Amino acid sequence: MTASPVRDFVVGLFVLGGLGAIAYLSFSVGGLSYRGPVGMQLVAKFDEIGGLRVRAPVVIAGVKVGQVKQIDLDPDTSRARVVLDVDPTLKLPIDTTAAIRTSGVLGDKFLALEPGAEEETLKPGEEIGRTESALSLENLINKFVVNSGEEKSKK
Amino acid sequence: MRVPFVEDTGLRALQFIEELGKTALFMGGILRSLVLPPVRVRRFVNELYDIGVLSLLLVGGSGIAVGMVLGLQGYNTLVRFGAEQSLGAVVGLAVIRELGPVLTGLLVTGRAGSAMAAEIGSMVTNEQLDGLRMMAIDPMHLVVTPKMVAMTAVMPLLSAIFTCASIFGGWLVGVQLLGLDGGVYLSSLEDAVDFNDDVLGSLLKAVVFGALVGLIATFRGYHARRSAAGVSAATTSTVVVSSVAILIVDYFITALWGV
Amino acid sequence: MSDASSSEAHVVLREVSLAFGRRRVFDGLSCSFPRGAISVILGGSGAGKSTVLRLIGRLQRPDRGEIFVAGQEITRLSDRRVNEVRGRLGMMFQGGALLDSLSVFENVALPLREREHRGDVAQEVRRRLEAVGLPDAGPLLPSQLSGGMVKRVALARALVGDPEIVLCDEPFSGLDPVNVRRVEALLERLARDLGITLIVTSHHIASSRRMAEQIVFLQDGRAVVGTPAELEASPDRRIGDFFRADGEGPFTLPEGAAA
Repeated sequence: MTASPVRDFVVGLFVLGGLGAIAYLSFSVGGLSYRGPVGMQLVAKFDEIGGLRVRAPVVIAGVKVGQVKQIDLDPDTSRARVVLDVDPTLKLPIDTTAAIRTSGVLGDKFLALEPGAEEETLKPGEEIGRTESALSLENLINKFVVNSGEEKSKK
Repeated sequence: MRVPFVEDTGLRALQFIEELGKTALFMGGILRSLVLPPVRVRRFVNELYDIGVLSLLLVGGSGIAVGMVLGLQGYNTLVRFGAEQSLGAVVGLAVIRELGPVLTGLLVTGRAGSAMAAEIGSMVTNEQLDGLRMMAIDPMHLVVTPKMVAMTAVMPLLSAIFTCASIFGGWLVGVQLLGLDGGVYLSSLEDAVDFNDDVLGSLLKAVVFGALVGLIATFRGYHARRSAAGVSAATTSTVVVSSVAILIVDYFITALWGV
Repeated sequence: MSDASSSEAHVVLREVSLAFGRRRVFDGLSCSFPRGAISVILGGSGAGKSTVLRLIGRLQRPDRGEIFVAGQEITRLSDRRVNEVRGRLGMMFQGGALLDSLSVFENVALPLREREHRGDVAQEVRRRLEAVGLPDAGPLLPSQLSGGMVKRVALARALVGDPEIVLCDEPFSGLDPVNVRRVEALLERLARDLGITLIVTSHHIASSRRMAEQIVFLQDGRAVVGTPAELEASPDRRIGDFFRADGEGPFTLPEGAAA
């Protein structure tokens, strides 16, 4: 009941600090801004996604521009259908390539976009036609063991 | 034929159910007080000070310490696999999903929950709550509810502060001490952590733990026996029951929510 | 037995029985407290003196029996109606029951603020503090007061709502002889000037003999009622002993000596 302006001020600072911490965790660490209807969604289909997971980062030239939103199987073609959620201000040519890459030797998979040269750009919901599937370690080893020069499915 | 063990167990079970019923009634009383005027802003702010501001140093300091330990342990393990770039993710996920809310809950229980039970318990013993009743003031409304609400509101704030302090502690060790690149630490953290899956779950845990500790502390204090021994028993049981409750409820939130 | 009972009764207990667990405190207790008079409740430790006051304030409900306060039967009233009755009661607790976190001024102002008193709260509080001889104590905290001052502040708080009936639990306990006389004079003046019905529990035989118009002596779960002179001349040896033993307390009571 006894009011103290100093105490109230300190409480105010504390609450602001706490909310600031929540905001930092939500927006900066949690990447809240990339989600929701503001992002642009693109689709890419792969023969092999090899451990790519939802929320894996989508990068262009090493800069994070979005993340993997959804992964499911296309029932008609039995290929993996990956939905990306990327920064809507991006201008991606229609001949952009989507490639699944690995960071480090055992590191996580991520999705790299390599913009092409066409004038026309991809619109929300469109499919990225050119994809590079994941290189699976097993396949690589297989290749060496069998020593076959046969190219595995690669687009 | 009498079987003492079975009788004993039965009695304990009945007592436990009775206790649960009393707690539910108590919670009902708090909810009723929440909707009845007046709103006790002044009391609430003072409680924010007692619970939040006075726990800040403890929570922040512990957060940095935990982050530093995680940084060191995580680095030493990850470097064996050449995956030390993932240090940010390891520290961040561990702290955001589990250690932040749980350790903050335990620390606040010891620091503020016990004090809350002791304060209410001594008000019972000194007849202060009876004094309020005689002035036609509901002690649930004036004393209990602001404390309980403040505890619930403060916990997510403190938990977030603890978590940020831990991330900073991990950064201190990983980047400043062991020479990891600062950008790598932060980007691994940011890539691994998702708002919906991790941060929101972390906040949910903190809010639930705050409500739990607030409820247990006020309930134990309110039902303390009228003696110094009663107050100390209420304080001890607040710490024990709250701590166990936090750990058990944490498992269920994790299991059900996938946090 | 007493001519006090012939005047209008302000508070009446009729055939009240109460047990705490296996311990029977009252077994068909009946007594009445006349309007505008000072009644003192005497009895050994554990005889239930304070419990009588708690029953009148409905801080405790009897197992059986009826209690009338200003003509209203209170044992079965709803909480809201009880608070209306409590508005006519003031209670001074043994330890003062002042809220530790509030200043003396705020403690006395509390019931006024809670009832949304129309008028000058500060002036009303000042008037009450002056009436108990503590005009300058307003800014102090309860922890800064001596025992006698706490009792007087508690009395000031009991009086702010202009009660018809004031219940005083052990107003002389823990006081030195000078303060005993001071509080005693204060109570007598209040009863006389304001026409308040005063119900006092006490161990203090000398002051009871001086101020009481009626004494309610609790023994074996029942009450023996009379003027001080009547009880002193009682054929029951235990009552007579109690009075003659004065401050020492009776040795023959089964519950043990009065503290």
